[in-house]
Amino acid sequence: MAAVKETIDTVASLEKYEHGFTTDIEQEFAPKGLSEDIVRFISAKKDEPQWMLDWRLEAYRRWLELEEPTWAKVDFPKIDYQDSYYYAAPSTKAGPKSLDEVDPEILAVYEKLGIPLKEQAVLAGVEGAPRYAVDAVFDSVSVVTTFKKELAAVGVIFCSMSEAIREHPELVKQYLGSVVPTSDNYFACLNSAVFSDGSFVYIPPGVRCPMELSTYFRINAKDSGQFERTLIIADKGAYCSYLEGCTAPMRDENQLHAAVVELVLLEDAEIKYSTVQNWYPGDPETGKGGIYNFVTKRADCRGDRSKVSWTQVETGSAITWKYPSCVLRGEGSSGEFYSIAVTNGHQQADTGTKMIHLGANTKSRIVAKGISAGKSTSTYRGLVSAHPKAKGARNFTQCDSLLIGKTCAAHTVPYIEARNGHSVFEHEATTTRLSDDQLFYCQQRGLSQEEAVALLVNGFVKDVLQQLPMEFAVEAQKLVAISLEGSVG
Amino acid sequence: MLKIENLHARVEDKPILKGVTLDVPAGEVHAIMGPNGAGKSTLSYVLSGRGGYEVTQGTATLNGEDLLSLEPNERAAKGVFLSFQYPLEIPGVPALTFIRTALNAQRRARGEDEIAAPAFLKLAKEKAAALKIDFDMLKRGLNVGFSGGEKKRMEILQMAMLSPKFLILDETDSGLDIDALKIVSEGVNALRAPDRGMLVITHYQRLLDYIKPDRVHVLAAGRIVASGGPELALQLEAEGYDKYVGAAA
Repeated sequence: MAAVKETIDTVASLEKYEHGFTTDIEQEFAPKGLSEDIVRFISAKKDEPQWMLDWRLEAYRRWLELEEPTWAKVDFPKIDYQDSYYYAAPSTKAGPKSLDEVDPEILAVYEKLGIPLKEQAVLAGVEGAPRYAVDAVFDSVSVVTTFKKELAAVGVIFCSMSEAIREHPELVKQYLGSVVPTSDNYFACLNSAVFSDGSFVYIPPGVRCPMELSTYFRINAKDSGQFERTLIIADKGAYCSYLEGCTAPMRDENQLHAAVVELVLLEDAEIKYSTVQNWYPGDPETGKGGIYNFVTKRADCRGDRSKVSWTQVETGSAITWKYPSCVLRGEGSSGEFYSIAVTNGHQQADTGTKMIHLGANTKSRIVAKGISAGKSTSTYRGLVSAHPKAKGARNFTQCDSLLIGKTCAAHTVPYIEARNGHSVFEHEATTTRLSDDQLFYCQQRGLSQEEAVALLVNGFVKDVLQQLPMEFAVEAQKLVAISLEGSVG
Repeated sequence: MLKIENLHARVEDKPILKGVTLDVPAGEVHAIMGPNGAGKSTLSYVLSGRGGYEVTQGTATLNGEDLLSLEPNERAAKGVFLSFQYPLEIPGVPALTFIRTALNAQRRARGEDEIAAPAFLKLAKEKAAALKIDFDMLKRGLNVGFSGGEKKRMEILQMAMLSPKFLILDETDSGLDIDALKIVSEGVNALRAPDRGMLVITHYQRLLDYIKPDRVHVLAAGRIVASGGPELALQLEAEGYDKYVGAAA
């Protein structure tokens, strides 16, 4: 019998998904279901000004007229949008908090997840304490944001979206929805109506953000959805590196996560945006449960020579529908997309990017690595387009798929549109199967089968892992290995 | 050292090995020669534990310990090393990373400490130089885009770094020009030691001019049909395998 046998998908899910615990804390919910009243409820909970509520209501009304997209290569039962909670929050008083005011139960959750919220430890110079700022979002609210004072000293605003709406309305009004308009697509529109919390970042002109910024999203409540909204503005010549991480408990019901991320880049600005997405993927054996991850992420390179880079490591979610995109408007602006998408069990991923070249001499680069195991399906879907004014546009795309076992599938769907005669687009794609011969070769040298798979897979994704900030690259590498545990038998 | 007794093995329903008995004492080099299809490669795979080969009868032990019930990596940790006829390419994994990962996995399995990075690098530099391998090559994906000769040298380098107890060389001379053959053979000869055994599988006598065997065995149709000293290899070179193929059938 071959060394790579039929995939064994009977590995205990507990062993595989280590963030699947739930936390019992007192929570406050909006009534189940979705209506104008719920939109008003959410807005009121957050003490929002009238203009914000109006914006939400308009989005809600538009959403009612839209239809759920069906073009992605994913298959799931119809979602009952009335059977979910659109607001869930730990029941403590609203408003910004210091760390000592946060429910210790919640702090314990983040500690268990390995997320450093204790800035004191870092400020006190405790050895090994990672030095990056964190916005911790628990279900529908941001519970704490660290290092705000240090960041404010250089003019960087890093806070929850709710706080930004209250404290920096002029910035929010100017930029919110300017990259992803409310009616952009079905899920973005839903998000615009009911978004709960997320992070807001503003980097003033010429400032290089002195530390990594990150947001950790945790879905805890049962039957609830998470609809976060993130907005990052890098003013002229500004730079920041931002990371988001996501986890959720193991539940039998599917939970919806429909986020919107907007990045705005002015002249000579640069943003590196990294994602390590580890939502609960559902039961590996039955496919029951898991997060539906329907996310709209887009960067608008408005300024000349601005530069954006998306790096994503996607290992979780039952279904992923996500295309972090770059609108390359400014002359000489550039966009990069580096992606690792791992699917195992019954996961389905339809992910990729869009590079829209509008300005002259714009450049983009896509490196997408898909790994499929179990009975999963992974699709790369990407668009590269050059508009008539985008003379001298260049794109390089590389899509590689790795198959483990015989019951998974990988698809590549590239769309390329060149509307001028002065663009150069390159596209390379490969599909390979993890071979019995390679596995045996590694084993003969002393590696166990699991170690051999991890080594081979790490070699496969190396180009992308190198793009992640160092401390997260190691985590991501482990995560990829864990996600594929038991994928060969 | 290595003791094989009445070993029978098949692939799917086809019997390939039909009662191999062989004894390679420590410190000796034995050559297995034979016509194509005799089961030479099968013997190397069965000893190293590759999937797809079913042992139906017989035993194989290394220093008295059973090999056949162990996983391939467990056998490696016990000291079995197979130099592949066609070494595999491992994209994205530099040779240095690959060897260090393997060495540490073996050491862990034996309950030893992992090797420290500086000691490892020093050893790698030394061994690579002896095999005339450009050190920068070890930073590239293992065997990716390497020539046949480079791949074989990389096998010998791994062997030298992992320091196994028992070596199996499967058609190591195939695809090598005379210069590469010399370098590879010198590398193998450097590993000859009183506590180490070797099984050199080859179709041609040529390799045995460089790696001098203590004993030569002829494998035909799944059995050892003749054994002798180094002169047997010369005789085979002159006469061919015809009479053994006839005898075994």
